[in-house]
Amino acid sequence: MNLTLRVWRQKDQSDKGRMVTYKVEDVSPDMSFLEMLDVLNERLILEGDDPIAFDHDCREGICGMCGMVINGVAHGEQRATTTCQLHMRHFEDGAEITIEPWRAAPFPVVKDLVVDRSAFDRIIQAGGFVSVPAGSAPDAHSVPVRKEDADAAFDAATCIGCGACVAACPNGSASLFTAAKITHLSLLPQGQPERLSRAKAMVDQMDAEGFGGCTNTGECTAVCPKGIPLDAIAQMNSDYLKANAK
Amino acid sequence: MAVTGAVMVSFLVLHMLGNLKIFFGRDSFNEYAHWLRTLLEPFAPYRTVLTILEIGLVVAVVLHMWAAISLSRRAGKARPVKYVARKSQANGYATHIMRWGGVTIVLFVIWHLLDLTFGVVNPEGFNSAPADRMISGFDPSRWWVTLIYFVAVVMVGMHLRHGIWSAFQTLGWANRDRNKALRATAGLVSIVLVIGFLLPPLAITFGVVK
Amino acid sequence: MKYTEGPEIRDTKAPDGPIEERWEKRKFSAKLVNPANKRKLNVIVVGTGLAGGSAAATLGELGYNVKSFCYQDSPRRAHSIAAQGGINAAKNYRGDGDSIYRLFYDTVKGGDFRARESNVYRLAQVSVNIIDQAVAQGVPFAREYGGLLDTRSFGGAQVSRTFYARGQTGQQLLLGAYQALERQVAAGTVEMHTRHEMLDLIVADGRARGIIVRDMVTGEIERHLADAVVLATGGYGNVFFLSTNAKGCNTTAIWRAHERGAYFANPCYTQIHPTCIPVSGEYQSKLTLMSESLRNDGRVWVPLRKNDERAPGDIPEEERDYYLERIYPSFGNLVPRDIASRAAKNVCDEGRGVGPGGLGVYLDFRDAINRLGRDAVEKKYGNLFEMYERITGENPYDVPMRIYPAVHYTMGGLWVDYDLQSTIPGLFVIGEANFSDHGANRLGASALMQGLADGYFVLPTTIGDYLANGPYGDVDEEAVAEAEIKVRNKIDRLLSVNGTRTPDSFHRELGRLMWDYCGMERTEESLRKALERIPELREEFWQNVKVTGTAEELNQVLEKAGRVADFFDLAELMCLDALVRTESCGGHFRAESQDADGEALRDDENFAHVSAWEHTPDGPVLHKEPLEYEYVKMTQRSYK
Ligand SMILES: Cc1cc2nc3c(=O)[nH]c(=O)nc-3n(C[C@H](O)[C@H](O)[C@H](O)COP(=O)(O)OP(=O)(O)OC[C@H]3O[C@@H](n4cnc5c(N)ncnc54)[C@H](O)[C@@H]3O)c2cc1C
Ligand code: HEM
Ligand code: HEM
Ligand code: SF4
Ligand code: F3S
Ligand code: FES
Repeated sequence: MNLTLRVWRQKDQSDKGRMVTYKVEDVSPDMSFLEMLDVLNERLILEGDDPIAFDHDCREGICGMCGMVINGVAHGEQRATTTCQLHMRHFEDGAEITIEPWRAAPFPVVKDLVVDRSAFDRIIQAGGFVSVPAGSAPDAHSVPVRKEDADAAFDAATCIGCGACVAACPNGSASLFTAAKITHLSLLPQGQPERLSRAKAMVDQMDAEGFGGCTNTGECTAVCPKGIPLDAIAQMNSDYLKANAK
Repeated sequence: MAVTGAVMVSFLVLHMLGNLKIFFGRDSFNEYAHWLRTLLEPFAPYRTVLTILEIGLVVAVVLHMWAAISLSRRAGKARPVKYVARKSQANGYATHIMRWGGVTIVLFVIWHLLDLTFGVVNPEGFNSAPADRMISGFDPSRWWVTLIYFVAVVMVGMHLRHGIWSAFQTLGWANRDRNKALRATAGLVSIVLVIGFLLPPLAITFGVVK
Repeated sequence: MKYTEGPEIRDTKAPDGPIEERWEKRKFSAKLVNPANKRKLNVIVVGTGLAGGSAAATLGELGYNVKSFCYQDSPRRAHSIAAQGGINAAKNYRGDGDSIYRLFYDTVKGGDFRARESNVYRLAQVSVNIIDQAVAQGVPFAREYGGLLDTRSFGGAQVSRTFYARGQTGQQLLLGAYQALERQVAAGTVEMHTRHEMLDLIVADGRARGIIVRDMVTGEIERHLADAVVLATGGYGNVFFLSTNAKGCNTTAIWRAHERGAYFANPCYTQIHPTCIPVSGEYQSKLTLMSESLRNDGRVWVPLRKNDERAPGDIPEEERDYYLERIYPSFGNLVPRDIASRAAKNVCDEGRGVGPGGLGVYLDFRDAINRLGRDAVEKKYGNLFEMYERITGENPYDVPMRIYPAVHYTMGGLWVDYDLQSTIPGLFVIGEANFSDHGANRLGASALMQGLADGYFVLPTTIGDYLANGPYGDVDEEAVAEAEIKVRNKIDRLLSVNGTRTPDSFHRELGRLMWDYCGMERTEESLRKALERIPELREEFWQNVKVTGTAEELNQVLEKAGRVADFFDLAELMCLDALVRTESCGGHFRAESQDADGEALRDDENFAHVSAWEHTPDGPVLHKEPLEYEYVKMTQRSYK
C-alpha cells in the first residue's frame, strides 16, 4: 500500500516545529506502524536527511516508551493498543496519516515525536511506593490478600506509563496515570499505612508539574492501551479528599 | 465544583417541586411563594431565610463558574500547543456539553430572572402575583418563550446527566461495583428534573392550566 | 581468528565447606562499612532493570551515594519489563516436594553442568526472600481464592514453584524495584540519569573508577567518578538483530568494559526460545515471545508429509506429527527450551515447517478448548491470544498458532567471582550482563530470580567488602581524559565515514550471518565461515556506513551505529568461543557432538570449564575456570 504521512518535525526544544509531508510506498499490511516509520527513516538516512526521531524500545506493548498521536488519536484509533502494536492492516491504501507528538506543557518536545515524560517519575517519587527496605519483609504468606483485591490491584498496576492519557485529555490531565498507581497500592494491605499521605503527595505533585485538572471527560480511558478504568480516578479522589480532611 | 454543583442541584429539585404546585391552582402556588418569603417568621424578618438561600445560591453559582473558568485556564496552560488533528474517542459529549452547556444555562438564568422574578420582560410586570407572571408568561401566544425554556431545561438536563455522575466521581464515591448504579442515578435525576420543569410551562401553553 | 591460552582463572571468593553454609559464611567474613563512611562512598550503577534497579535502590537505602543510569527516558522501561512468564522461588508453598536443594539441583542440571554450584545454591537460597520482598512492596502476584499466592509449573520443572502476575511478571517486579528506586531518588541517596548511554569505563590504578556517558538529548560527553562501578546492562541477544529483546538492548557497556580488561565468559552461550511468533517479512524489526506457559496446554505439531500446503484444519489427525510427544514421551510438550527449539528447527529443515518460508510449527489449542472449554482457555491465556492476533491478524481460537524459535537470552557475559566482581577490581557485574548462574542453558523463570537476587541481596553485601577499604581517593586525570578522548574519537569516526549504507542494514546482515552460522546449530565449518565474513563486514561498516546529523543533538542513527560497531566485535568473539568449544552443551549445539538420538553430547573431560576471554592488543586470550561438582553428579541430561 502507499501512504501520505504528515509528520511533526521539530529539531529540538527551542525549535518551533512544523508539519512535513512524506510519501511512503510499498507498505506491507503486516508491518507494524513503527516498522513503517523505520522504512521511511532508512530512506531518509540514505537521502542524507535527518530521520524522524521517535521513542520506542520493547515493541511489544509493555515498556510504554512509544507513543504518538495518529490522526488525532493517541496511539491511533485501534483500541487498547500501543503505537508499536498497531499494524498497517488497519489503514487503507492511499490513506493520509497525521502524526504528532504527545502535547502537554509538562511533556516538552525533545525532538520530532520524542517528548520528555520525566514528570511521571517525579509523581512516583512523591510517594508512589511502599517503604520497605530490602531484607525487612515478612514472609509472603503472612498477609493473605483477597483474590478480588489482588486482581483489581493488578488491573491498575498494568499501567505502562506511556502518557497517552495526558495526550488525549482535553485538559492535559495526568489523573488516570496517577490514579492507576494510587489505586494499585491502596487496594492492597501492604499499601495501607501510607495510603492517604501517598495520595496527597502524588496528587499535589501532579498539580505542581502543570498538568490540567480532571473534569471526568473520559478521553483518557478510551485511549489507554491497558484499559485503566475511570474508577481509579474516583478512588484517587476519595483518598485525596480523606487525606485533606485529616 | 462538585459541592457547588450539588447545591445547585438541590435548589433545582426544590424549585421544580415548587413549580409543580401550579397544578394545584394559582393560590397554592402563590402561597408557596409567600411561604418562601415568610419562612421562620416571626423569628426572622420577612425574606431572611430566602435571602440567605439566594445568597448561598449566588455564591454556589459564582464558585462553580470560577472553578469552571480556572479549570479551563489550567487546561489551556497544560496544552499550549494544540493538535493539528484531533478526534475524540469518548464522543466529546462531556467536553462540549459541560462548558458550552454551562454558558448557555447562565444566559438563560439571567433572562429567566428578568422574566419571572423581576418581571422586566414579563407581561404582568414586577408588581404581580408570581402565578400570574407564570401563566401570562407561558401564554399560548408566547409559545416562543416556552420554546426557550424547553431548550434551556433540556440543556440543564444534559449538563446534569454528566454533571451528577461526575460529582460522584469527583467526590470519590464511584467504584467498579457502583458505577452503573451511579450513572443510572444521574440519568434518572436529570430526566425527572427535565420532565418536572417542563410540565408547568407546557401545561400552561397548551391550556391545561389557566 | 587467532587466540592464545593463558593461565587458569579461579573464583577465590567462594567459601568452602558445606554448600548450605557458604553464603552465610561469606556474609560473615565480608568486611562491613562504617555507617558514617557510607555517605562518603560513591557507587555508579549502570542499568535500571531488575538487577540494576534493585541494586541502586538497596545501596541507596544502605546509605551509599549512588548514581544510576539508563538509556531509556525512565528507569521503569528497562527490558526486564517485558518478562512474561514468572519467577522461580523455592518456597514450597504447595508442599509438592520442592526445596532449596531441588531448585539448586534443577538449575545446575538445566544449565547442563556448566554453572558453579556455590553460586546456584546461593541463588536458590535467596529466591525465598525475593518473593517476600516483592509482596511487601505491593507486587500483585496471582492469588488463589484463599488469599494465598498461586504458583504454576514452568519450563521443564516438575514442581510448581513459579510465581507470576498474569503474563506480566517482569513488569510487576520491575515496577516494584523502580518504586523502591524512586523512593531513594526522593530521599536524595540516588541521583538518576535517564537518557544517558555509557560509552566507556574509566580504569585508574587498576581499579574501576567511573564511566564516560553521552547525554542522549544534548550529545554532551560527561564523566562520572566513583569508588565502585556496577554494570547491570542486560543481555546482548540483539547481536542477532532479530530477537525477543527490546530494540535498545546492546553490548556496548559490557563490551567496552571488556576492552578495558574485564574478562568475557562463555560468550557463545545463547538461549533460543521455542515459542515466538515467526518472522513475517523483510522489514521485521523484532520478534515477539509467546509465553512458554502456552506449552502447558497447547500441543506442538507439523504435518507428517513434506511441503503440505493444506490449511491446518484440513489435515486429519493421523497425518499430524506431534513430534515432541512422540520423541519425548515423559516430558512431551514441556521439554526444556533448547530441546524444544532444536526439535522445531529439525522438522522445518526436513521441509515440514508451516507458514511463510516453512519456518514455523503449529501450537494447537483445539484439544485444550475441547477439554476445558473456550472460557477456561480464554481466562488462562486470553491476553496472549490477543497479542498473537494483533500481530498476525489470525485468531488462535480458530486456527492453531504458528511459532518458531528465536534468540531470547544470553547466558554468557562478563566473568565475575562469587562476590559478583569482575576481573577489574571495583567493577561489579549483575543480572543478565554477567555469566554466573545459568551455565549453558537457563531454565524458564530463573533470570528474574537471578537479577533480583543479585540486586537486592547479594551485591549490597559483597560490594561492602570492597568499599570497606575506600574511599579510594582522587582519580587520575590522565585516565579520565584518555577514556573521554577515546569516546569522542569513536563518535567522530562514525560521523565522518558518510558512506552509502545505514547502520540498520549492517546490523541486519550481521544478525542474519550469526543466526545462520552461530545460531541454533553450529559446526566447525559454519563458524569458520562466520569468522571469515564478520571481519569483512566490519571493514565494510567502517568504510561505508552512513550516519546523519551531528554529535551534539538527539541522534538515534549515531546511537545505533555505535552499538552495531560493538556487536561486530562481540560477534567475532562469540564465534571463536563456539568454535573452541567443540562439545555440545545446553544452548550451544555443535552438530559434530551429538549422540545417536541427535541429542547434545557433552564432553566433560575437556570442557567442564568456564571459558573466560581476556581482550589484549594481540588478540583474545582464553583463561579456563575449571568447574567441580561435589553435590550434583554430572549426568547426561535426558528428558525422554
Ligand atoms: C520477552 C522476554 C521474556 C522473558 N521472560 C522471562 C520470564 O518469564 N522469567 C524470567 O526469569 N526471565 C525472563 N526473561 C529474561 C529476563 O527478563 C532478563 O534476563 C532480565 O530481565 C534481565 O534483567 P537485567 O536487569 O539484567 O537487564 P535489563 O532489564 O535488560 O536492563 C538493562 C538496563 O541497562 C541499561 N543499559 C543497557 N545498556 C546501557 C548503556 N550502554 N548505557 C546505559 N544504560 C544501559 C538499560 O537502560 C536498562 O536499564 C525474559 C526476557 C525476554 C526478552
Ligand atoms: C456558568 C455556568 C456553568 C458552567 C460554565 C458550568 C461548567 C461545568 C463544568 C465544566 C463542569 C465539569 C466539571 C467537573 O466535572 O468536574 C460542571 C460540572 C457540574 N455542573 Fe456545571 N456549569 C455551569 C452551571 C451549572 C448549573 C446551573 C448547575 C446546576 C444546576 C450545574 C451543575 C453541575 C454539576 C452537578 C456538576 C458536576 C460537578 C463535579 O463533577 O464535580 N452547573 N459544570
Ligand atoms: C421551565 C421551568 C421553570 C419555571 C416555570 C420556573 C419558574 C420560576 C419562577 C416562577 C420563579 C420566581 C419565583 C419567585 O419569585 O418566588 C423562578 C425563580 C428562579 N428560577 Fe426558575 N423556573 C424554571 C426553570 C429554572 C431553571 C432550569 C433554573 C436554573 C438552571 C431556574 C432558576 C431560577 C432561579 C435562580 C430563580 C430565582 C430564585 C430566587 O430568587 O429565589 N429556574 N423560577
Ligand atoms: S493510564 Fe493508560 S494511558 Fe495513562 S500512562 Fe498508564 S497506560 Fe498509558
Ligand atoms: S480525559 Fe481528562 S478530564 Fe479526566 S477523565 Fe480523563 S483525565
Ligand atoms: S515500544 Fe514498548 S510499548 Fe511500544
